[in-house]
Amino acid sequence: MAAQTLFEKIWDRHIVTEGVGEPTLIYIDLHLVHEVTSPQAFDGLRINNRRVRRPDRTLATADHNVPTDPPGTPIADPISKKQLEALSSNCDEFGITLFPMGHENQGIVHVIGPELGVSQPGMTIVCGDSHTSTHGALGALAFGIGTSEVEHVLATQTLPQQKPKTMSVTVSGPVPLGVTAKDIALSIINRLGTGGGAGYVVEYRGRAISDLSMEGRMTLCNMSIEAGARAGIVAVDEKTIDYLRGRAGVPSGEAFEATAAAWRTLVSDDGASFDAIVEIDGTQLSPAITWGTNPSQVVAIDGVIPDPEEFTDSAERNAAERALEYMGLTAGTLVTAIPVDVVFIGSCTNSRIEDLRAAAAVIQGRTVASNVRALVVPGSHRVKTQAESEGLDQLFTAAGFEWREPGCSMCLGMNPDQLTPGQRSASTSNRNFEGRQGRGGRTHLVSPAVAAATAIAGHFAAPEVGA
Amino acid sequence: MKAVHVIQGRAVPLERSDVDTDQIIPSDWLKRVERTGFGRGLFSQWRDEKSFVLNQPEFVGASLLIAGPRFGTGSSREHAVWALMDYGFEAIIASSYGDIFKNNSSKQGLVIVELPQEAVSELMELVKAEPSLEITVDVADMTVEIAEKNWRQPFTLDPITRERLLNGWDDIGISLLRETDIAAFEETHQAGSLRGVFDGEGRVVHSNE
Ligand code: SF4
Repeated sequence: MAAQTLFEKIWDRHIVTEGVGEPTLIYIDLHLVHEVTSPQAFDGLRINNRRVRRPDRTLATADHNVPTDPPGTPIADPISKKQLEALSSNCDEFGITLFPMGHENQGIVHVIGPELGVSQPGMTIVCGDSHTSTHGALGALAFGIGTSEVEHVLATQTLPQQKPKTMSVTVSGPVPLGVTAKDIALSIINRLGTGGGAGYVVEYRGRAISDLSMEGRMTLCNMSIEAGARAGIVAVDEKTIDYLRGRAGVPSGEAFEATAAAWRTLVSDDGASFDAIVEIDGTQLSPAITWGTNPSQVVAIDGVIPDPEEFTDSAERNAAERALEYMGLTAGTLVTAIPVDVVFIGSCTNSRIEDLRAAAAVIQGRTVASNVRALVVPGSHRVKTQAESEGLDQLFTAAGFEWREPGCSMCLGMNPDQLTPGQRSASTSNRNFEGRQGRGGRTHLVSPAVAAATAIAGHFAAPEVGA
Repeated sequence: MKAVHVIQGRAVPLERSDVDTDQIIPSDWLKRVERTGFGRGLFSQWRDEKSFVLNQPEFVGASLLIAGPRFGTGSSREHAVWALMDYGFEAIIASSYGDIFKNNSSKQGLVIVELPQEAVSELMELVKAEPSLEITVDVADMTVEIAEKNWRQPFTLDPITRERLLNGWDDIGISLLRETDIAAFEETHQAGSLRGVFDGEGRVVHSNE
């Protein structure tokens, strides 16, 4: 058989029907559901008298809307409350397992899938959320869908799809000390642009990627969509298998080892060809930060705010001008001279235990600057419990951080955690769009280590290397 | 979904690139459980600025939106499509789009016209100079035309999307016709079922921890 890419292997194994002049119908192994993009889909089922074909391949959690106040605090926003209630009653009616607010398995959908071991190599995974690409870190084909497609998957457990193209992004290594998965992701998006990955499934390869932990790979795959890609994927290796061993969703003992043996074949064959190839010198990367209002507008943390005149493309120049105006920044300003008001450590990009450990390691007995409000929002209950068992919550609160309940929180400003107009944040989330964290808010995307260093300094700062 | 053949009307020139779905419909609108009524939320943050193009009287009632490259990137929220359509837009014209947005549009019957950037810029200038110009988008012929200016541009739609638009087909209905194939696939494809992993309360049953 011809050499195949990892994507092609997974795609081929999930074709239900294909034919000339019709889209390929592919089977969906796992469908993750949350409160925001599902109510209209469930309504559609009811209107058409349709059932959920495979409740056992469907898993729901409450994440986008949930307040992150202490447990037991009632939901102040009646519309959010209604949406969360709709999720509960829909899951009840259609027999879907749900982790509601406060449940031990509840958390951000892209954190809990891998954590529970239900996201597995070789699977097709979808969710009505663009950051579903996160699960590609496990060697799965995982992509975000809209509400009509959510309804489609609920009803049929399949999706009609045009076959995407493949792109390999190879990052050489080792990367310099202090460069994290987030910095690699931002550098790739800077290189590809927000549309560079459109139509592609991106496979991340190379030393810098194999050096990453599984959680680092999740951070990287998570942000694939910010370069416009449908999905990001990393081949299975021993780290993948070690990560999954012992988790809830995988078999145990010998059965696991047998499954693992099959998973080990989930790599691109030598000589497999990609539709596009990108190579990045990982040894030259540095901690990165966004300065504008789209995630490709990136500079090094020790750099300066760029001059729009540097952009030759007129659309990019206009976008840069507009971005600087919105962000209240002047070209030529040293990034580390810019003060911040809020630091947010959280989101499906950077709210896993390693992210919290990395942030905690930077603090080292110091405290949050007086001009800064700093929040830590763990990605899930399990992450929160684990962090508390390591004493990280104490460390954060002693330093002046707020330690909150899990959820999407300030990543998208659907719950009360929001920026006020003009406030500037250092955020470990994935989108710096205008108003994303609250109307008029100014978001700079950074890694957890940079976020923590910034909280302490009161202005953007890189952690001391080795810290 | 309703069948779409020809769209005719005036256009709004939105001279911005990378218009993401957070701008099209901000997240405070996503709490709603209904599918209708999103038109009021369309570009709501920008509409607060008096000078924003949608606030100009000459563009009220337009049915086409011309935008800069990479329209509809970012979040997968289909609410963006619902908002555009609820407001009255029937087609978008730009040089490139976010993948998921494009997909969502095709499910709802919002026509996505992809033209080379030069053609989009030309069209933008024409409309800015003369907001009353009538533009015709023909789905069957795959052309955009301003008859009175003798301006005409072909565009492409993938054949499946074109058929679906012209016939107003419902995807789910089509896939359900494949029931036998889906059931046959499931016979041999077992991996991934969560049966037995969680109990009725969602607690892990089968745990090795
Ligand atoms: S954390 Fe942010 S990006 Fe991730 S799922 Fe939640 S809202 Fe979306």
